[in-house]
Amino acid sequence: MKLKFASLVAAALMTAAPAMAELIVPNLSYRTGPYGANGTQYADGFNDYFTLLNERDGGIGGETISVPECETAYNTEKGVECYEATKDGALVFNPLSTGITYQLIPKVGVDKKVLYTPGYGRTSAKNGKVFEWVFNAPANYWDGASVAIKYLLDENGGDLNGKKIALVYHNSAYGKEPIRTLQELAKKHGFTLTEIPVEAPGQEQKSQWLQIRRDKPDYVLMWGWGVMNQVAIQEAANIRFPMENFIGIWWAGSELDVMPAGEGANGYKALTFNGVGMDYPIYDDLKTHVIDTGKASQGGEHVGSAVYSRGMYAAVVIAEAIRKAQELAGTSAITPEQLRDGFEQLDITPERLAEIGLPDFGPEIKLSCDNHGGSGMARIQQWDAAEKKWNLITEFMEPDAEVLDPLIAEDSAAYAQEAGVTERSCN
Amino acid sequence: MLYREAGDFKTTYRDDGQTFPITLDRLGYYAILFVAVLIVPFVINDYWASAVLLPFLIYAIASIGLNILVGYAGQVSLGTGGFMAVGAYAVYKLMTAFPEVSVVIHILLAGGITALVGIAFGLPSLRIKGFYLAVATLAAQFFLVWLFNKVPWFYNYSASGQINAPERTVLGWAVTGPAASPSAKYLICLGFVIFAAWVARNLTRGMIGRKWMAIRDMDIAAEIIGVNPLSAKMTAFGVSSFFVGIAGALLFAVYLGAAEVTEAFGINKSFLVLFMVIIGGLGSIFGSFAGAAFLVLLPVLLKNVLVGVLGWPTDLAAHIELMIVGALIIFFLIVEPHGLARLWQLVKEKLRLWPFPH
Repeated sequence: MKLKFASLVAAALMTAAPAMAELIVPNLSYRTGPYGANGTQYADGFNDYFTLLNERDGGIGGETISVPECETAYNTEKGVECYEATKDGALVFNPLSTGITYQLIPKVGVDKKVLYTPGYGRTSAKNGKVFEWVFNAPANYWDGASVAIKYLLDENGGDLNGKKIALVYHNSAYGKEPIRTLQELAKKHGFTLTEIPVEAPGQEQKSQWLQIRRDKPDYVLMWGWGVMNQVAIQEAANIRFPMENFIGIWWAGSELDVMPAGEGANGYKALTFNGVGMDYPIYDDLKTHVIDTGKASQGGEHVGSAVYSRGMYAAVVIAEAIRKAQELAGTSAITPEQLRDGFEQLDITPERLAEIGLPDFGPEIKLSCDNHGGSGMARIQQWDAAEKKWNLITEFMEPDAEVLDPLIAEDSAAYAQEAGVTERSCN
Repeated sequence: MLYREAGDFKTTYRDDGQTFPITLDRLGYYAILFVAVLIVPFVINDYWASAVLLPFLIYAIASIGLNILVGYAGQVSLGTGGFMAVGAYAVYKLMTAFPEVSVVIHILLAGGITALVGIAFGLPSLRIKGFYLAVATLAAQFFLVWLFNKVPWFYNYSASGQINAPERTVLGWAVTGPAASPSAKYLICLGFVIFAAWVARNLTRGMIGRKWMAIRDMDIAAEIIGVNPLSAKMTAFGVSSFFVGIAGALLFAVYLGAAEVTEAFGINKSFLVLFMVIIGGLGSIFGSFAGAAFLVLLPVLLKNVLVGVLGWPTDLAAHIELMIVGALIIFFLIVEPHGLARLWQLVKEKLRLWPFPH
């Protein structure tokens, strides 16, 4: 029986080998499992933008983009399987899971593939001297934490002294990421930080919100994902926590998260590093070339949602990096090494974004050999329950580099020591 | 006709007591060993190692371990995920604290540490049995996972609580870390599998194994005929956890390379290994391999057929895959409640009579 399995697996593998005459950008997505609802929207946005480029422009620089999809279910073991299954000829990976990212970070260095983790993954990957193959522009978790605190500072006239801020977080690598930064910021600005972990997947949060009800923090920050967000927002509404004092990270800012709470979610805020809504010229092209021709990923039912937009934004950045790499290398069939150079020279100006059809959609991204994380700017969006839409309520705000830079240097040095990586020079 | 006992004469007690008394079985065993040790390492690639063979071998060790406890000694355990986590964190702490010591020794020590933890959590088995014991081991599962998530010392105070396996070599070949070649990773796991299966097989057919089985079949009767339940149950927990700990250490260090306790060693892992043991066959070493193969290889195979060959959307394939695996589990348990090992045994009995059944 084992032999039969083995021969069938072999047969399946041989037929599954990808064609080589195109640029391959695998999509390690998850449409099943506890986070499937969010993962589906992200994967659709990611697929659709590349479909648009293929349909409208014939790919990038004349090369069509192939986006083989592989289901990880947010599970690290399936993530390994997907990575190994799709890595032949692949240029760049975007697994949308902090756990899988941690696993891939050492591997991509050996296999020489680019790992692009916008808004998630290992924060200190911003330090390109240590993490040669990993990029996490335009913003990372520590940027998010810092921008959220900065926003609260602005709200309070620059003074958070004596305020109580609670962090409700997914008790995993992802949720723990901002703690160190928030602790530093608490020292600097004099607020007290309460850390409230929620066990994954987070359906049960009664005790956490009871604690919040008792402690009465002035603000609640949330690092959640999937069903945890919906439950948290519902619970916050139940205890009548003022929603405008409740701020989620960008992964806690989708329509899926606020809809179940209905009216109760009105005024809930979330960070974002990309624009929301459908008021961008690109959606006209998307409609003509992708949706109306029936080529939209999974029927196009999520077009324009917050997480869809973020998936599309990831694809936009990757596409721009490929364009840059082609320009630098003088060839259209680029290698992952050339793509890395393309990422390091990446410069997405506001004008370029407008050209793409997404004016003011994201912050300016300018990367370099030692800065793989960009400026880290993010903005705040607020939910309008009556209109059922997100409204952007601030401009892009810069994080507090004074606090973040030493933390990034420290964490990347710890990684370099643990993994035996020598810092490369960037001159 | 070919597969038979007739004509296979044993002239010594030693011959009579060997693990594979039938010549064809023995030859088959040597052939599998030969292929696994001398051929596979030369043809293996990254995909086969990381997606198929490593998880199969590692889960085989884990299910051998759990089979000793559940199948041979009759003590139901739902703490396998937690014990695997002990192995993983033990090997991580050892690897980072004593980088100059060979990783093989670290893995064995991790198994030893897990054995001690297993014995500690096995103590309630002296008082409680069956479902109640299962609940007590479930407490071990949740407590251990909570502990490794809560106490930063276990993950060396890293910002996110993730542990990463640094590169370690055996005889100059990297076996952990990103640069390890697929054949090196495969061989180290294979070595531990052969060791585990050999030790387990010989323990279970010796005095200790007979004590375990006596306890499993009827503990009061066993006690009356002179089996000490304390030592029998504690050795079962210890030996079982030793293998489970080795499996956890290999899972983290060789296979995944990075792990997060809640995700990699959650309650799902306990159920997965328990299902492997039940589907493979309680009280059978072969069953441990068959169960691991069934639950590790079948989903990968289905995925490749549905997505790779038939070109189905990935989410549909993932759902169908769950349904097919679930249906097959039910099918096998209805057709043969004693697992794949029993099915294999029946096939062999039929083969002995073939082509002239009575």
